[in-house]
Amino acid sequence: MLTTPLKMVVIVAEPVLEHRLVTELRALGAKGFTLVEGRGEGTKQAHATEEGANVRIETIVPATVADRIMEHVSTTYFENYSVIAYVQDVAVARGAKYA
Amino acid sequence: MNDILRANLLSPIALSFLLGIIARVIRSEFSLPKDIYAGISIYLLWALGLQGGVELAHASFDSIAAPAGVTLLIGCVTPLTAFGILRYIGKFSDADAAGVAAHYGSVSAVTFIAAQTFVKAVGAEVEGFMPTLLTLLESPGIHIALAIGAIRTGGQGRPTSEVLHEVLTARTMVLLVGGLLVGYLIGEKNWLVIEPFFNTKGAVFRGALTIFMLEMGLLAGSRLGDLKKVGPFLLGFGIAMPIIHGALGAWLGSLAGLSVGGATVLAAMASSASYIAAPPAVRVTLPDANPTYYLTSSLAITFPFNILAGIPLYYQIATALHR
Repeated sequence: MLTTPLKMVVIVAEPVLEHRLVTELRALGAKGFTLVEGRGEGTKQAHATEEGANVRIETIVPATVADRIMEHVSTTYFENYSVIAYVQDVAVARGAKYA
Repeated sequence: MNDILRANLLSPIALSFLLGIIARVIRSEFSLPKDIYAGISIYLLWALGLQGGVELAHASFDSIAAPAGVTLLIGCVTPLTAFGILRYIGKFSDADAAGVAAHYGSVSAVTFIAAQTFVKAVGAEVEGFMPTLLTLLESPGIHIALAIGAIRTGGQGRPTSEVLHEVLTARTMVLLVGGLLVGYLIGEKNWLVIEPFFNTKGAVFRGALTIFMLEMGLLAGSRLGDLKKVGPFLLGFGIAMPIIHGALGAWLGSLAGLSVGGATVLAAMASSASYIAAPPAVRVTLPDANPTYYLTSSLAITFPFNILAGIPLYYQIATALHR
């Protein structure tokens, strides 16, 4: 099967950031995303809302957009919020959808 | 006083709340499913709004004007006293003091409901327009405190219009304000049809509230471990601040012509600290305010204090002021 190599950016964040992150991902060039809720804990344990509640946002994007997102998340949120972000290599079908 | 305190401690509301706390302390796996909790809170707020609206239709403008005025005054004063005490006596940072002040400036709807239920249980009358006052008190305190915080910390947070939109369109406000409007418009005949289900003095409402208090106990109980982290000043603040704001509310309420019951409920509102509307607003607007401070003081100290001892105390103060 024909696939295209792309990057999947995964952001796990406290739920108050959900709306902002989703809006910003779009603005930074992501064509879509998947969001799930889950529980977990990190170094900053106290959350503003429900204990241990987090959102995980996944988006598949070209490498340049992935860099832009990582840069934005690092400078905007790492200092004061419970957020982690990482990038994975993925191979997708219908690569044109993501560019 | 002791009789009233004992009667309050043995009420279904207080005991359900205590059971919730105990369940969390002994690390029981018990918890209320999230959707049931959300569903009950929608029911409680909607019932409160609807009945408030029906009763608002009977009230004259003159009878509401003075109580509404003092309510807005309380909404402006409480964030300032809380901020001043925390910043200048407690030596908290600007962001931390403003974060906690936003919670104490706003109001806890559950404390309001508990106060109304308490007052009715001791046989006092409450003005029907109290839910209207609740909606007036919800928002100004949060904004004043957030504005202080944003100005003094250089304001890296979001634009005020966004915060305003968020607070005014939150579930609590939509259900309360919407309920007031709907209740106002439907008229007595339509109300009688749904009254058995929504009457806030009725069995359904009180039963639902009793289940809801279990979850509130679990929530408060899960914060108890943080009491060690916040230090003695905030512990004292969490009890002294509601008493000061409660006395202010009882006094201003009495001056504005509220009955003993109405002044008690206004005092409970003034004393209470929000833990539903305020935390996300503060988290996003003042990110460097430590959530442990504002969550622990509002949820693990002030809320239990008000439910177990504060409300009977405000009733005593209001009674004394009416003599």
